[in-house]
Amino acid sequence: MPKHKLPRKSTHIDMTAMCDVAFLLLTFFMLATKFKPDEPVVVKTPSSISDIIMPENSILLTVDPQGRVFFDYDNKKAKAILIDKVNTEKGLNLTDAEKESFKKGASFGLPFNQMKGYLAIDPINQKNYSFTGIPIDTVYTPDVNELAYWVQAARYAGQEAGAPPRICIKCDASTVYPRVKDVIKTLTKNEIDRFNLVTSLEAIPAGSAAALERDAPTPAASAPKTN
Amino acid sequence: MAEIDTSGGGKKGPGVKKGKKLSTRIDLTPMVDLGFLLITFFIFTTTMSKPKTMEIMMPSDKKIEEKDKTKAKDYCTMTVLLSKEHRVYYYIGLADDPLNPPKVEVTYFQNKNGIRDALIAHKKKVYEERMNGAPGHKPDDEPVILIKPDVNSQYEDMVNILDEMQINGISTYAMIDITDVDKGFISATEAANTGN
Repeated sequence: MPKHKLPRKSTHIDMTAMCDVAFLLLTFFMLATKFKPDEPVVVKTPSSISDIIMPENSILLTVDPQGRVFFDYDNKKAKAILIDKVNTEKGLNLTDAEKESFKKGASFGLPFNQMKGYLAIDPINQKNYSFTGIPIDTVYTPDVNELAYWVQAARYAGQEAGAPPRICIKCDASTVYPRVKDVIKTLTKNEIDRFNLVTSLEAIPAGSAAALERDAPTPAASAPKTN
Repeated sequence: MAEIDTSGGGKKGPGVKKGKKLSTRIDLTPMVDLGFLLITFFIFTTTMSKPKTMEIMMPSDKKIEEKDKTKAKDYCTMTVLLSKEHRVYYYIGLADDPLNPPKVEVTYFQNKNGIRDALIAHKKKVYEERMNGAPGHKPDDEPVILIKPDVNSQYEDMVNILDEMQINGISTYAMIDITDVDKGFISATEAANTGN
């Protein structure tokens, strides 16, 4: 009897197509990623259970442990309008290059009279500038309080650019409360009552009301419990 | 090229083996592995780096007419004072009667026997009294928490207490300025505790 030999099929699969897909996706993700801008201060935020993602187009007020306040706005278009407005209203005499530097720059914390000097520095060395923080006055009107002015002007610029901004406060866990209160008061006195606090995420404690609500997202769960 | 010829060089058998035609195919599996590894890395770093935030609504600073003001009821209210070294002082009521000062307790932010248990107990009490129809209680009573951070408290305490509100499902709370009366409570409690 002749032996019947089945033709042995190779177990190798052509990986070329898969490889193509993998690298296509990789390229996409690499290009889509925005690089995090350099921050002048390292801030360790406290943790909370809220998982609301920081909204796009937001004004970010960073407060470091010493209470220095830094300002940032992630909308380039609005930032261009903002610096034009600040330049004319505060008479900073900025050049076009300095305005461009502001547009591209990261978080800063300076009084107005140092703005020109800061923006004239090479962008790479800007983060090494010795910031003093944006001055907050005990009077909360925008003409006296520089932080209030920045926030008001940025909201105006955001409105002009077609996207009203949301305000986020990123504060270090160890900052003493009066410093935080100054920032919050500056906002509430200018009729900004709703804002976001940047926190890092922590787990919801088991058995708590928030955990019950998460596990049973029915209307009954959110109603007050009567037991 | 990379392979080493181990055949010994000499003739092995009658038929000399001809140089095998090497396939031009390369095994791409490791390359695919690497590609996907990098993709996973990028996905994680992009989504994880998005900061998480907590929404907060401060009491409006506008002048409100006396009749439009929401009055916190004494029996629904719990006042929480944040002090130094992450200490939390709390008492039930508004403490608007100087002759009858409230019992001030001190605790910390912790999972067991901390401020969370006090908040849960207060919430339970308000709901129970509402259920039982205690005199003077309305059926729509909700626990109200007044948060008053002292000047020597830290931002972390503020976020922690706001977080506790969320954890315990308390919807009515407000962050307001500390009064001298409250500061007096803190120093009195502190003095009593160190005396023991």
